Amino acid sequence: MAKTVRAVVIAGNGTNCEREVAAACRMAGCDVADVIHIAELLAGRARLDDYHFLNLAGGFLDGDDLGSAKAGANRLLHARIQGSEEHLSDQLRRFIADGKLIMGVCNGFQLMVKMGLLPAVDGDYQAQSATLTFNDGGRFEDRWAYLKVDPASPCVFTRGLTGVYLPVRHGEGKFVPASDEVLSAMEQRNLCVLKYSDPAFEGPAFDYPLNPNGSIAAIAGVCDPSGRLFGLMPHPEAYVHRTHHPRWTREADLPEEGMGLWLYQNAVRFIRDHLL
Amino acid sequence: MPWRIIVGLKDGVRDARGERVRREISRHLQIELESVRTIDVYTVDAQLSDAEVEAAARGPFCDPVIQEVAVNRPLAHDFDMLIEVGFRPGVTDNVGRTAREAIQYLTGRKFAEGEGVYTSVQYLLKGSIDKVAAERIAHDFLGNALIQRWTILSRDEFDPRRGVPVTVPKVVSTAHPEVREIDLNVSDEELLRISKDGMLALNLEEMKAIQAYVADPEVRARRAQVGLGDKLTDAELEALAQTWSEHCKHKIFAARIEYEDGEGGRETIDSLFRNFIAETTREVRENLGDQDFCLSVFKDNAGVIRFNDDWSIAFKVETHNSPSALDPYGGALTGIVGVNRDAFGTGMGARLLFNTDVFCFASPFYDQPLPPRLLHPRRIFEGVVEGVEHGGNKSGIPTVNGSIVFDERFAGKPLVYCGTGSIMPATLHGKPCHEKKALVGDRIVMVGGRIGKDGIHGATFSSEELHEGSPATAVQIGDPITQRRMFDFLLVARDRGLYNSITDNGAGGLSSSVGEMSEDTGGFELHLDRAPLKYAGLQPWEILISEAQERMTLAVPPDKIQAFLQLAAEMDVEASDLGQFTSSGYFHCLYQGRTVTYLDMNFVHKGVPQLVLPARWQAPQARGLKEPVLAEPRDLGATLKSLLQRLNICSKESVVRRYDHEVQAGTVVKPLTGVVDDGPSDAAVVRPLSESFEGIVVSHGICPRYSDIDTYHMMACAIDEALRNYVAVGGDIAHVAGLDNFCWCDPVESEKTPDGAYKAAQLVRANKALRDYCVAFGVPLISGKDSMKNDYMIGDRKISIPPTVLFSVMGRMDDVRRAVTMDVKRPGDLVYLLGITRDELGASEYYALRGAIGCNVPRVDAPYALKLFQVVNRAQKQGVLASCHDLSDGGLGVALAETAFAGGLGLKVDLRQVKSEGALRADQLLFSETPSRFVVTVPAQHQAQFEEIFADVHVSALGRVCSEPELRITGMQGEVLMRCNIDELKAAWQAPLKEM
Repeated sequence: MAKTVRAVVIAGNGTNCEREVAAACRMAGCDVADVIHIAELLAGRARLDDYHFLNLAGGFLDGDDLGSAKAGANRLLHARIQGSEEHLSDQLRRFIADGKLIMGVCNGFQLMVKMGLLPAVDGDYQAQSATLTFNDGGRFEDRWAYLKVDPASPCVFTRGLTGVYLPVRHGEGKFVPASDEVLSAMEQRNLCVLKYSDPAFEGPAFDYPLNPNGSIAAIAGVCDPSGRLFGLMPHPEAYVHRTHHPRWTREADLPEEGMGLWLYQNAVRFIRDHLL
Repeated sequence: MPWRIIVGLKDGVRDARGERVRREISRHLQIELESVRTIDVYTVDAQLSDAEVEAAARGPFCDPVIQEVAVNRPLAHDFDMLIEVGFRPGVTDNVGRTAREAIQYLTGRKFAEGEGVYTSVQYLLKGSIDKVAAERIAHDFLGNALIQRWTILSRDEFDPRRGVPVTVPKVVSTAHPEVREIDLNVSDEELLRISKDGMLALNLEEMKAIQAYVADPEVRARRAQVGLGDKLTDAELEALAQTWSEHCKHKIFAARIEYEDGEGGRETIDSLFRNFIAETTREVRENLGDQDFCLSVFKDNAGVIRFNDDWSIAFKVETHNSPSALDPYGGALTGIVGVNRDAFGTGMGARLLFNTDVFCFASPFYDQPLPPRLLHPRRIFEGVVEGVEHGGNKSGIPTVNGSIVFDERFAGKPLVYCGTGSIMPATLHGKPCHEKKALVGDRIVMVGGRIGKDGIHGATFSSEELHEGSPATAVQIGDPITQRRMFDFLLVARDRGLYNSITDNGAGGLSSSVGEMSEDTGGFELHLDRAPLKYAGLQPWEILISEAQERMTLAVPPDKIQAFLQLAAEMDVEASDLGQFTSSGYFHCLYQGRTVTYLDMNFVHKGVPQLVLPARWQAPQARGLKEPVLAEPRDLGATLKSLLQRLNICSKESVVRRYDHEVQAGTVVKPLTGVVDDGPSDAAVVRPLSESFEGIVVSHGICPRYSDIDTYHMMACAIDEALRNYVAVGGDIAHVAGLDNFCWCDPVESEKTPDGAYKAAQLVRANKALRDYCVAFGVPLISGKDSMKNDYMIGDRKISIPPTVLFSVMGRMDDVRRAVTMDVKRPGDLVYLLGITRDELGASEYYALRGAIGCNVPRVDAPYALKLFQVVNRAQKQGVLASCHDLSDGGLGVALAETAFAGGLGLKVDLRQVKSEGALRADQLLFSETPSRFVVTVPAQHQAQFEEIFADVHVSALGRVCSEPELRITGMQGEVLMRCNIDELKAAWQAPLKEM
């Protein structure tokens, strides 16, 4: 591989945001940002090994019919690559072991959590230790949310940031850790990267609508202890330009670049520094 | 013995779904419960081992963090009443389908024919409740008896070891495929009976045309050659009935109408469609000359216009009224995923960009006894909103524009308009992408979902009023995921050049899609037994006309068929080769090698006799309408608040937020806008290409109230409303196309419709306005649809909707960064009213508030409006407008209030400045609904530039934006007419539908 930053977005079976995620990757400086249908991976014509940055995009995998991303997680765990003994999950584990980056947004985050990839407090990427379930309001909702960044987090995607403002668009975004022990371990290791907050990014928000779904500890985004695996309910790819902002026609001093782009730029920087 | 996998939340985990159900039961049925909890049940009917079922239960079916799972053992405990709701046999069960796939992934084995997973939900009710109340909850809230069944068990009846008795809603059919012959050599009465009993919706003349066709000796000789007798087969009669249905053939729009204008004038109109729609577009395109941006009009599933050199955009709007009346959720879901297929299957295929939705309902707070078979308007509201939510959100298409219109008459039939826009490359493989053609020898390939009995007689059913015998099979439930997989596959197939033509399987199923596509070649040969079925037992005619969802039909060249089928298999999409396109001249279907239809293509497509309709207009005065004499209210501030609370004006935020309006990251002007994102945007701006700032602007107009006075002006106002919404945000008035969707009550005079001639005249007048105004505005019509039988009739009770036209527009703007939103921006900005105000309160919201209709319906002066739109465009390009909001329901008063509270700032305005025709009272100035008007705010430094741009149109300098949160209006004598706190106005505006 030449010295190019290579991102991939997996599509198919109900992903919806693959195109804008790829566009965000390109805007942030990825040299390659391929949208690959999962059928291509399963046919063996594309491999995760050829990329540095895996994006699991938002959508409704299998309609979220068995609970958000449950059927999708089941497929990723059991699907076999045609004409080989390998499972797609083997490629995924190798990807993680190679020190590469994964970002799951919304349904992608739900997928990572339900596969056990996040928060993986003790480095076990197989056992589910948290979940994302129905919003306390019981409904899907589209609204923008303020997110306070934990500055001490190992997360490579949020380095240097204090807060971001992004849209949430989900019906099952309430983060619930499996136990108090999991939560305190997450807090201790600063894995609760993003928390719903007030507009000044001062403290976590526990009440609707600032906390749109009733997430425990106001958790909106989570990373693993390595900081290289990251998932969040809000959509960073939906705010990469000024005109994405809901009030761009009235806030004259908004920068051209949207805040969501910062997360992708951090990923590219990390890849250039560590993986090329 | 089937397994029951039971999944419930662990004790102590909050059940948000159950809480919502409890709240709504309290709100809607006034039954108070302590709590409601929910449990998911999967009934697995397949050859599996206990270990495999156990693995599925603990794996994909259950979330170990919050859920517990049991196999063949109940989890329900601690309740007073249990209601389990599941589907009836044959109803689409999306969760069941996903559950089956999940088990297949686990075991590595496919399910056999007839095996399946069926889902149901248990609601555990706690509180003092008896069987009667539980039945009411099940019947009026949790379930819909048409598609669902339920079991109710009290705590004492529930067996704690066995749980709820197992039911497997499997379709069991012992029917053998057979082809019946129908003798049409019978009396007229008998012909009508055949039509009525068979749900064919064919009238006597049409039945007689078919009778004559099959009696023709030449036809008989041809039939004998393929082994058919002298009688039509059931498949032939069904195919004709659906092809000739009002839904597919638009017989009323094609009718010969004898129109009397009520003043002695008579005129014969040979086809409303030809004279007022096709002709309009022809004339507009001619006037546009080399600026013509139309690419494909009326002939395809959606209309196509030019976006830029490299891209073309398509737009289609459909209605799904009758199915939504029966099953609001399924009907609306199918409506949205159905119109998605239209927009997708246009030209060689187009990627979906945005959805729009407009609903017409009766008040959800309706408190009169309901006539039989009608669902409560609140249930319709809930179900429709949820259906469109699931259809749009799951498909990854932003819902960018819409509205909800309320009128009690929509209790008879709700209107559910769903629209979809799409984008395609201007050229594909060197040819225009908006064109397509099936070739002789191409394979007929069906792609996507399987065929079941769902949707049988959908086309003919929607061509009738809702009555006692309306069939349950007309109801379908969409499956967005199967459809999404199909679209993903088809875009790859399109780009690889694997097919020659594509169309949607909508109304009429294969009969319609193959029938229409074969007009390219002049015939086809279709093997019905090769079509994949959801379950056994379908008759050949049912396979032919089933409207089962998520299917497209393609013409695939024989040398590409292998590659096509292989790609489909890889992408997990079912594709079946069903036959070929021919030039035989015949609509030829076979079943197991035996011919079951052999109809002359010409007869099928052109044989339907033309309707002749009388139409007699009665002017409003002749119908006794006159202006009411109303005293001016003393407190106009209170009047304004009451208007803001009217259902047609109040905030629809609770619905808007349930729709993802920004997936695909292209929505530049969102449906909600303003300082805290809750003001009502006039139109949507979508940026479809991340590499360009060119935008698509989408909006609509709809004003059925004006039909009570004159449908001519209703139509004109709908067009004006759509265009002023479009222009308000920055849409280019020189590059915009329109779509007309007519929803009418039956205009065919008959015993049950004695006023048919008047309703037909209303239709004629609306069409005349459509032509007059679209030509004047230079707006071509590119697509449209009509739904003509929106009546309810059981016994003596008839409810007809008010004649309604949704006029949707789509156009472009050069640079989305020039878009303007409706909220005030800064204190000190100047407030202007653009346009002139007249005494036009007829059928206004203000009159409705005061119990009157009146006579002075708003009228559109097209040349004046066009000029105004052009200068607004100029001002936007020069960046002099801080905000721009159109005036519609509730007039100036409502527009000022919305503009102010959306921006979180006050306004000081002086009514004496309003330019009007004649002297008007304050209430008239504030609430008249004269069209072609805007409220704009302008930064003071742009004042001179602004006044120069608008020198030739009416501009009223009303006042200024102020930082005090107050709408302060000075009256005609210089008095303080109203001082209203904007937060109070906003609260009033938000209150009515906040909890829906």
